Amino acid sequence: MTAIRVIALFTLRESLRRRVFTVVAILTVVFLALYGLGIWRLYAELDRNQLDGTGVKIEIVAGATVLGLAMFATLFLGTVLAVFLTLGAVRGDAERGLLQPLLVRPVSRRDLLLGRYVAAAGVCALYVAGVFLAAAILTWALGGWWPDHMLGPTLGLMLGVAILAALSLAGSVFLSATANGIAVFMVFGAGLVAGLLGQIGEALAAGTLQDVSTGASWLLPFEGLYQAGLSGLTADTIGFTRFAIDLGPFGGAQSAGPGLWVWAIVYLGLVGAWALRGFARRDL
Amino acid sequence: MPAALSVTGLDKTYGSVRALVGVDLEVGEGELVGLLGPNGAGKSTLVKIACGLVTPTSGGAEVCGEKAGSQAAHRALGYLAELFRFPDWCTGHELLELHQRLAGSEGGAAERAELLELVALTDAGGRPIGTMSKGMQQRLGIAQALIGSPRLLLLDEPTSALDPSGRRTVRALLEELRGRGVAVLLNSHLLSEVELVCDRVAIIDHGAVVAAGTPAELSHAGGVEVETAAGTRVFEAARRDDAPRIVRELVEAGEEVYGVRVLTSSLEDAYLEAVGGR
Repeated sequence: MTAIRVIALFTLRESLRRRVFTVVAILTVVFLALYGLGIWRLYAELDRNQLDGTGVKIEIVAGATVLGLAMFATLFLGTVLAVFLTLGAVRGDAERGLLQPLLVRPVSRRDLLLGRYVAAAGVCALYVAGVFLAAAILTWALGGWWPDHMLGPTLGLMLGVAILAALSLAGSVFLSATANGIAVFMVFGAGLVAGLLGQIGEALAAGTLQDVSTGASWLLPFEGLYQAGLSGLTADTIGFTRFAIDLGPFGGAQSAGPGLWVWAIVYLGLVGAWALRGFARRDL
Repeated sequence: MPAALSVTGLDKTYGSVRALVGVDLEVGEGELVGLLGPNGAGKSTLVKIACGLVTPTSGGAEVCGEKAGSQAAHRALGYLAELFRFPDWCTGHELLELHQRLAGSEGGAAERAELLELVALTDAGGRPIGTMSKGMQQRLGIAQALIGSPRLLLLDEPTSALDPSGRRTVRALLEELRGRGVAVLLNSHLLSEVELVCDRVAIIDHGAVVAAGTPAELSHAGGVEVETAAGTRVFEAARRDDAPRIVRELVEAGEEVYGVRVLTSSLEDAYLEAVGGR
């Protein structure tokens, strides 16, 4: 446990010293400022009377849509952070000669990998939670709308980005840093495309597209958690407003149920076991 | 007491390349052993197996009686890799502190100060590693390897980036370590350095130990050369003690002797002979 803590703290100190967090913080403030500006103008220009008589509450549709967009952006930013904190953690550092001096200490390879993971996943999970909460507060402060559920989507984002950090760390055992970064972003992109296909399938009642999306959600549970989070934002909204949201770009998301959460944690364990097994066998 | 390093029947294969072929080697407590061999001979692989960084195909290695790669073996050794690199953003003090924590050393600031002084980096401990010269980083690497007072030190080309003054510092350090009972396996291309400090030498070529012994044993006599009126004659099997007899016999045979030279082969000659001139 001591070695895991030492490695995790050293990894965090490196990120601080290299000003990774400073850059991330500045860019996040810029993102939130743009988001806030967008929300402010959106609600200022919203014609609340345009759908009079239809039963659709346009301010709810607008809030759910922009916060859904913020959720996507948050997951993307969290993925970027997770990938750049881990993409060269094993093979990259071994090729540069940084890893060997650490592993000759009484530190197991498992502890080294866990230390790196705790640091990266912890930072990314807290980051996405913070950014998403800030986006929700901006939506409420400037648009007067608060999602139906906040805790579930936030935890889904946190677990999703923790899975992406684990995939990136596991990839660093087998791939060079560049190849690993490309691979993780492609996996991330494939998950999102599958999710969008599912939403299109839901809107058009295309069963095959929905099946593909469901399969992808289980194969890449970060995508399933994101879809469940999107769904949770307006889970209690009903009537014509619900119908209008479903027709929007983030409206077709479905929750896969509590089984997805159990599977996501099992999946995390399987990725961890795969990474540890590969690392244990690797000559350095 | 078990040997500081004991390697038995060690084989390592990378794909179709046999990096080590049945290597046996022992480094006793407090012994300083030099490991010589051409590039690609298997020296670094041997050292990495001893460190637990590389898994042998067959055979085994033990550090102070513990299986190489085990936590107990890691507690007993210090290591400086040939192609090492330390985080350039942290200072020498921070690097040593990290290794103290990982090694479970309770030496604290006093140990760090002592080690920096040993490698002549007392004034540079607070500098970021990225601003240090390669030679300074190499000396810092030796200090890092000494964290936790290891019983065995594995040094892979520890002086490759050092100037003559730095090499002398490291030589003095190695001799001091021997005095403290620390065993050292020194992997180096600098034959003169190995000859100066090592108790024993093992020469590796194509993954196998092709010669081993003390530097004196390996640097055997190479004959006696006599310059006579009839030309230069070499008595290849002769040693220094044979020179007066050879001269006497030549004079008695009517030869005119102008000069005599005892030929000795250096460690370099022995090395080149062992590795086939490579």
